[in-house]
This record gives sequence, C-alpha cells and structure tokens, in this order.
Amino acid sequence: MERNQMHRQIANTRKLMFDQGYLDEQFIQLEELQDGSNPNFVEEVVTLYYRDSARFLSNLDQALEKRPLDFSKLDNLMHQFKGSSTSIGAKKVKTECTHFRNYCNARNAEGCKRTFQNVKKEYTTLRKKLEAYFQMSRQVGPVETAYASSVVVCTIRYDTIHSLHLNIIHSNLPLRRCAARSH
Amino acid sequence: MDTINLSSDAPELHVLAVDDSNVDRKVIEKLLRISSFKVTVVESGSRALQYLGLDQEKKSPRFDDLKVNLIMTDYSMPGMTGFELLKKIKNSSTFRDIPVVIMSSENSLIRIDRCLEEGAEDYLLKPVKLSDLKRLKDSILKSGSEHTGQILTRNRKHKPSDCLDLSPSSPQQEQTKRARL
Repeated sequence: MERNQMHRQIANTRKLMFDQGYLDEQFIQLEELQDGSNPNFVEEVVTLYYRDSARFLSNLDQALEKRPLDFSKLDNLMHQFKGSSTSIGAKKVKTECTHFRNYCNARNAEGCKRTFQNVKKEYTTLRKKLEAYFQMSRQVGPVETAYASSVVVCTIRYDTIHSLHLNIIHSNLPLRRCAARSH
Repeated sequence: MDTINLSSDAPELHVLAVDDSNVDRKVIEKLLRISSFKVTVVESGSRALQYLGLDQEKKSPRFDDLKVNLIMTDYSMPGMTGFELLKKIKNSSTFRDIPVVIMSSENSLIRIDRCLEEGAEDYLLKPVKLSDLKRLKDSILKSGSEHTGQILTRNRKHKPSDCLDLSPSSPQQEQTKRARL
C-alpha cells in the first residue's frame, strides 16, 4: 500500500537524522510534547528556530567582519545560537558552536572564522533535512482513524524506543501521547 | 500533607517563566502546560518584575488575582540576568517566599553554588526535561510556604559540609544534597 510505503519512508528519513548524528534526544523530547491539541508543535518550534537563527547568524557574520574582533561579543552571540540549537536537538550544529566558542576563548581569529563556516554548513544541512522531513509528513496528512489504529496495533514493537515513536508519530492520533508515555 | 494530591480538584500552580530566547520560551511554556501548571511567560527580568508589580513603588502588587507559586528564570539574559532577578525577588518582603528556579546551559558548580546560596530553590540544566518539572512539582507541592521559608533560610546561613568536597559531582547530586538540608 502506497501510504504504508510513505510512512516507512518518513520513518526512515527521521531515523537517519538520528543515526547520522544530526539530531539528538532533545528532538524526541519535543516530539513527546506534541499532541492532538497542538499537532504541529515540533514544526512550529523548528520554524521559530530558523527565524531566530537567521538573525543570530547574520549578527555573527557582521561581527566577524569587524577589525579587531570582539571575542566577547562573538562568544555571547554564539552562546545564544548554541542555546536554541540545543533546544531543538541540533546535535552537529551544537558541536560546531562549541568549537567556535573554544576559539573565542583562545582569542583565535582564524579558528573562529573557520569554525563559523562549519557552523553555517551544519545548520544549512540540518535545515534542508528537517524541511524535507516536515514536508513529507505534511503530504501524508492526517490518517483515517480506522486505518491508523490498525497501523498502530500491527506495527508497534517494544524492542526499541525509536520504533515505537516512528510508528505512532505517523499515525497522527492523540493516542500517540498516551502510548509514548507508556515507556 | 503526607500524600501529594494531584487530582483535578487541586488548584493549578502558577509559574512565571522568564527567558529571552523565543525558542526556549515556547518550549518551556509547553513543558509547563503539559505538566499541568498555569503558565505566564515573559522575555526579561524587568518584564517579570513588571508582572509581579515589583517595579512600581506607587502601585501595590496585584497579589491576589495573579498569585505566582513559582518563578523559573534563565540565567543568561541581556540586561538583568536571572541571578539579578533572583536577588531582587529574595530581597522583596512580598515575594521572597516564592521559590525561584534557575535554568542554565552552564554546568558550573561555582554558578550553581552562588544561586543556591542566594536562595534559589533549584538549578536546572538546559534543556529542561519533563522529568525535571515532575520532580520540581512534587517538591513544591510537598513544601508548604512555611517549610519553604525554613529551607531558604537554612540555605543562606548554612555552609554545607559538601562544599569542601572537591570531587566532581553532578548538579543533580548537588541539588539532592541541598534538598536534604
């Protein structure tokens, strides 16, 4: 069934982001906060993150143009960007932010400029993956209750937490929250 | 109160959350609502003081209708830091009994110690989790306002012996140690 295939594709896309280290446990925390009353919560948070990130990255770009570099200001700006990145579970982005801050503390201008390119690269990569993931999820849309229940009942496996999440999230049922809590 | 009454009859605790990050405000608000708290979120320490009515000497605080049971504040904020906000609240005769929790991405024992010495109820490492809030809620519900007052006084005066312990310990361990004071 095509819908089943799409569900599997979405689940695989999601799993890959975790397996490849783009996302960490915090993203799952956000998913656990999503429910029937707020079914797009994760996407809303991530969209807010893109908006704030555009501002932080632009400010960092400008600050890196100044001579001499104000390392304290750079560190402060990156601290804020790192904070939001951490809040959405952006694992690789967070790591690059840490490298940047280390170079700030060492007052190493070349290091800062180099790692900032890495920060931007990881941010762009993650954003593309998340945008594709949410777009796929939206295309599948809310599933009819009867079909969804059968998907949930037949495919729940308790061997790994990720499997449990994958199947339930794509059924788009309020049931998702109760079942997710059962672990 | 031996048992915690978490039935729907129990009044909801009202939390005032303070954070300058848009993303973190959205997340903490959701975390708190899901944990069955009533939530007010503001973006700065000065807004928090405005909300409490502390900033204006002429106006008396609208204490009754917006009784705040808990304040959760980010540590690093432009303008007034969470630490400065904590001090202002603890120095206020009206609001000093409201527990204040600090949230921070920095796992610094020095910072944690400073905050707890200044009277913070707890210090949570960001990103804050549902389990952190559950623990917090249980501890707030368990302590009546008198008990909380005692704990705060003890925190200020008492130099815990584990301050001299130089072995690394997680903030959670520090918090558990403090809670036992």
